[in-house]
Amino acid sequence: MPGYADPGFDTLALHAGFVPDATGARAVPIHLTTSFVFESSDHAAALFNLERAGHVYSRISNPTNAVFEQRMAALEGGIGAIATASGQAALHLAVATLMGAGSHIVASTALYGGSQNLLHYTLRRFGIETTFVKPGDIDGWKSAVRPNTKLFFGETVGNPGLDVLDIPTVAQIAHEAGVPLLVDSTLTTPYLIKPFEHGADIIYHSATKFLSGHGTVIGGVLVDSGGFDWEKSGKFPELTEAYGGFHNMVFSEESTVGAFLLRARREGLRDFGACLSPHSAWLILQGIETLSLRMDRHMANTERVVQFLASHPLVSRVGHPLLESHPSHRLANKLLRFGARGAGAVFSFDIKGSREQGKAFIEALKIFSHLANVGDCRSLVIHPASTTHFRMTDEALTAGGIGPGTIRLSIGLEQAEDLIDDLKRALKAAEKATG
Amino acid sequence: MYLQVNGASTYCYTGGKAINPAQPTVVFIHGVLNDHSVWILQSRYFAHHGWNVVAVDLPGHCKSAGEAPESVESAADFIGDLLDAANVQKAALVGHSWGSLIALEAASKLKERVSHLVLVGTAYPMKVSPVLIEASLNEPMKALNMVNVFSRSTLAAPPSALGPGTWVFGAGMALGRRVLASNPEVNVFHRGFVACDRYANGEQAIAAITCPVLLLLGAQDQMTQPKAAQRLVQAAKSAGQSVQVINLTVGHNQMTEAPDATLAALRDFLKP
Repeated sequence: MPGYADPGFDTLALHAGFVPDATGARAVPIHLTTSFVFESSDHAAALFNLERAGHVYSRISNPTNAVFEQRMAALEGGIGAIATASGQAALHLAVATLMGAGSHIVASTALYGGSQNLLHYTLRRFGIETTFVKPGDIDGWKSAVRPNTKLFFGETVGNPGLDVLDIPTVAQIAHEAGVPLLVDSTLTTPYLIKPFEHGADIIYHSATKFLSGHGTVIGGVLVDSGGFDWEKSGKFPELTEAYGGFHNMVFSEESTVGAFLLRARREGLRDFGACLSPHSAWLILQGIETLSLRMDRHMANTERVVQFLASHPLVSRVGHPLLESHPSHRLANKLLRFGARGAGAVFSFDIKGSREQGKAFIEALKIFSHLANVGDCRSLVIHPASTTHFRMTDEALTAGGIGPGTIRLSIGLEQAEDLIDDLKRALKAAEKATG
Repeated sequence: MYLQVNGASTYCYTGGKAINPAQPTVVFIHGVLNDHSVWILQSRYFAHHGWNVVAVDLPGHCKSAGEAPESVESAADFIGDLLDAANVQKAALVGHSWGSLIALEAASKLKERVSHLVLVGTAYPMKVSPVLIEASLNEPMKALNMVNVFSRSTLAAPPSALGPGTWVFGAGMALGRRVLASNPEVNVFHRGFVACDRYANGEQAIAAITCPVLLLLGAQDQMTQPKAAQRLVQAAKSAGQSVQVINLTVGHNQMTEAPDATLAALRDFLKP
């Protein structure tokens, strides 16, 4: 039933989580305050003991952040969300809530370099091991499961090769193993895919990217579907047994569907402290309000650029599922809301020729900015092997689908003709660099 | 806490505390396709403010075994058995929606064993549309969406059951799916709605109770509209009962969309 009681995506993107308060302010106010006055001693005690819900201290929660959290939960079809200082903080919060030393993760090889770092190096130092599996290697996901496995993890479309994760199949394997599937949906946003509808259990975003879209803020968000049954799994005493760190609370008894979020906020934000600034939450909200409009333009521009590059003689490969040659073409058409068009505006391609030619290409670009980010309203370019993924060995790079000459583009909202013109001139410069 | 009630393991949320015979007891009874967790803020508050709390998962729902009640009357009998199993002589009964009818019927049977009766989001008769009953049986996910759409009154609930950042609509959907999945033998969604629809003893029951009654209604409630509670109010008044009515500015999600107002009303009414 359409209407206020059952609103669509764009209405939720503008209204979920906020109605004008006593001030009458129509836009979401920025609550820049560290703390909140208690009504009474009883009110204070009740807030601390989770007998009443409200704000105490902005590391744990804040009214502006809560709007962002509700809005993202609404857009993803979840039960709630937690805003974090960055996408990496959201990933860490998910992992740290679900496991400790001695645990094991099965993860896709097609990950953002920072995520790969966290899993391969940093978490290993804390006793958490990860087995990496190519996202399309279904048998690999199955055989990687160990008795101490606590989590499956992948990106909706893997960075930077755009390998689409077969969420229904991988989720089923995860659930048979009694563990949840966490997905990074940064590149797709809830507008292009709703991972919960395909079986994922927890989603996180780097809100720095398309959600905000303006390239002015670092932030993240973790959303819970409320669908994973922690008690039935029996593998998560962190959520189903008394927690000494919070009055012996048993999170799965307090909330049948929200145990994960309860512990993530009450322990993770409290103790690790990677909270989001309310000002940053507000900036991200400004982006979310126009998410669908921007994503439509990102998709349209990307389609034009992909077509141009695919027909250019100096380009040996374009890694976008729009092309039938892409290994995820079929899966993208099956899972993504707009089919392969919706596989995002961040993709890579290879220039025929030397590293020097690649360098000449990047330096000749005038509209594309050479920097380490994606999902901006402006078009961006980077050379992953020397920047975002430089810590990875050649072996790991190859496993992630990245070559030494791979160029990654993030297509912005400029005129498509201007972007194509910029690329055309840069490719000419690369061609000349051979002589 | 788990109790054996009629030979079946029955889960009751108590706020992590054992029953203290020296304290008064309040029993929270959930509605169709819900469980104890819909009361979490209110029940936890009372558990830490001098009350024994028994927020039950009805038989065949979530953590409780046993046969899911086929009628309001059989569920009311269960509440009496629950008090016996918990060794509680007297308790306040607080029920939401279907749970309000169960509390009402139980109060009429248990007489002096009930100290207070609170009917949250109630109606009588609690007729359920044939479309919704049919959907609950054959298209439960569609029906679940309908129920949550009808239940909500806002796109911006205040900090709620999971704290700030709770999306109450999504939480209602997820809980409904979980409760439905918890009983592979019986469609508790359909059975609960049929029980609501068929209950015909409301006016007699409210005339027979011996304790004060509070009706805590949602002014924007589309599931159980306030006007649909008027027959109960009139029947109570005609019988000379002490009856109080509070209309909150909320829909059918009183406990999660207006948690503080709901708590305040309960706290004031249950004040010894």
